[in-house]
Amino acid sequence: MSGIETSDKGASDIEPSNEELSDVVAELRHVEKYFGSLHVLKDINLTVGRGEVLVVIGPSGSGKSTLCRTINRLEPIDSGEILVEGKLLPQEGKELARLRADVGMVFQSFNLFAHKTILDNVALGPRKARKIPRAEAEAEALELLDRVGIKDQANKLPAQLSGGQQQRAAIARALAMHPALMLFDEPTSALDPEMITEVLDVMVSLATQGMTMVVVTHEMGFARKAADRVIFMSDGEILEEATPEVFFTAPTTDRAKDFLAKILQH
Amino acid sequence: MNLFSRYIEFIADYNIFHAFWVNITLTLFSGALALVLGTIAVVMRISPIASLRGASTFYVNVFRDIPLTVVMVVMFSVVWVQLQVSFSSDMSRDFYILAIIGLGMYHSSFIAESLRSGINTVPLGQAEAARSIGLTFMQSARIVILPQAFRGSIAPIGNTIIALIKNTTVASVAAVANETSGVMAAALEFGPQFNFLIFFTFALGYVIIVIPVGLLTTWLSRTLAVMR
Ligand SMILES: Nc1ncnc2c1ncn2[C@@H]1O[C@H](COP(=O)(O)OP(=O)(O)O)[C@@H](O)[C@H]1O
Ligand SMILES: [Mg+2]
Repeated sequence: MSGIETSDKGASDIEPSNEELSDVVAELRHVEKYFGSLHVLKDINLTVGRGEVLVVIGPSGSGKSTLCRTINRLEPIDSGEILVEGKLLPQEGKELARLRADVGMVFQSFNLFAHKTILDNVALGPRKARKIPRAEAEAEALELLDRVGIKDQANKLPAQLSGGQQQRAAIARALAMHPALMLFDEPTSALDPEMITEVLDVMVSLATQGMTMVVVTHEMGFARKAADRVIFMSDGEILEEATPEVFFTAPTTDRAKDFLAKILQH
Repeated sequence: MNLFSRYIEFIADYNIFHAFWVNITLTLFSGALALVLGTIAVVMRISPIASLRGASTFYVNVFRDIPLTVVMVVMFSVVWVQLQVSFSSDMSRDFYILAIIGLGMYHSSFIAESLRSGINTVPLGQAEAARSIGLTFMQSARIVILPQAFRGSIAPIGNTIIALIKNTTVASVAAVANETSGVMAAALEFGPQFNFLIFFTFALGYVIIVIPVGLLTTWLSRTLAVMR
């Protein structure tokens, strides 16, 4: 099991510039989560190393989204511990809001602020959560929009953009906070096929620049190209953990074999 | 002289424009108060703190369920007469201010309910995205949720304002003088032969005030609608 894995990817201009960074960005210890009587996360132990790209795969309802959402406390957990950058996540309040900003999240349905321009969407977090002056925040927002290839859309409203453009804007919005870790929850499942590549390309380039990423996706091309490690979840448990090469060619559990057979048919 | 010109002569003794002006200013002040209180109530209602949610639910239900006349009688006979709450040495000024507070609190419950229906039109993902970029609850509410909720509830808020315009006539129970319902009652008393024309005059006045408000809310809710 490769718990802590330092990737061999190149240095990055995205990573936060703290002096002493440990090799571990996020750590989950014995995490349990219930929705009523439904046991959705069962004794989850997981370490995400700096610069690591972890792909989470598994059937619908296996707890992948919930796993992501607990890492930035959009969902509280029932027991266990979650540490981000060595700090235990607090329960609620301002402190949590601050720590949450260190973890970027990209949602399946983009969730751009519908009443704000793309530029405002990206500059809002730095301005309000980090108190960065407007001009400075907007200058950086434009740079980020340029990086994801939609600078020319900066003054439009989200509804005026295609799905692929909206998702790239959402990635820029998360990057604007200089997160230590980025969570992607099925970022391409709501997209038309022709737009999937443009989003995956942005994610691959983030990965090669050294961003630490947890990505829920069934895009095997992305997993093979960018992932350092794949975990397979089923019924709230992590059943397998391997490099993409090993997982896709030689899964060990029957459930993983079944699942791969099903997604390969499509 | 025909009936109509005799009526004009009669009604000229009553300062109808001033009466409407009293109701309009009551609407403006109590409407502003209702918007502020209603917004506070709805923010408490969606807050993560259970006691604030409970307090808001209680407040909204109380003012939504009690008849306005009762609220206004309480403002006059309990708050002013018994508790002797006073804002100035001028009695009529006190009545005016207490009427504004009563109207404001009563209508704030409807504003809060309208806003809550507006909040229900904002997808949950908007709040989650706001939290995920590190905004606090108050920042998410102020910057992301409420602006969209307001745009989604302009029509019901407009209806509440229209109801408020007409409900300001209940201020007479809180002893506010010279407003339309009091002036109309006086005119009816001294000119019963003109009763139909008197009713018609005041009804027309309200229609003239309310129609533009209705048009404005329709226009606003179209132009400000959030594109999704
Ligand atoms: N807010 C919720 N309330 C109750 N049950 C939920 C909630 N969110 C998810 N679930 C349930 O938890 C299980 C795991 O869901 P999820 O993490 O979304 O799975 P996945 O992302 O792998 O499809 C599912 O059975 C789902 O129905
Ligand atoms: Mg999911």
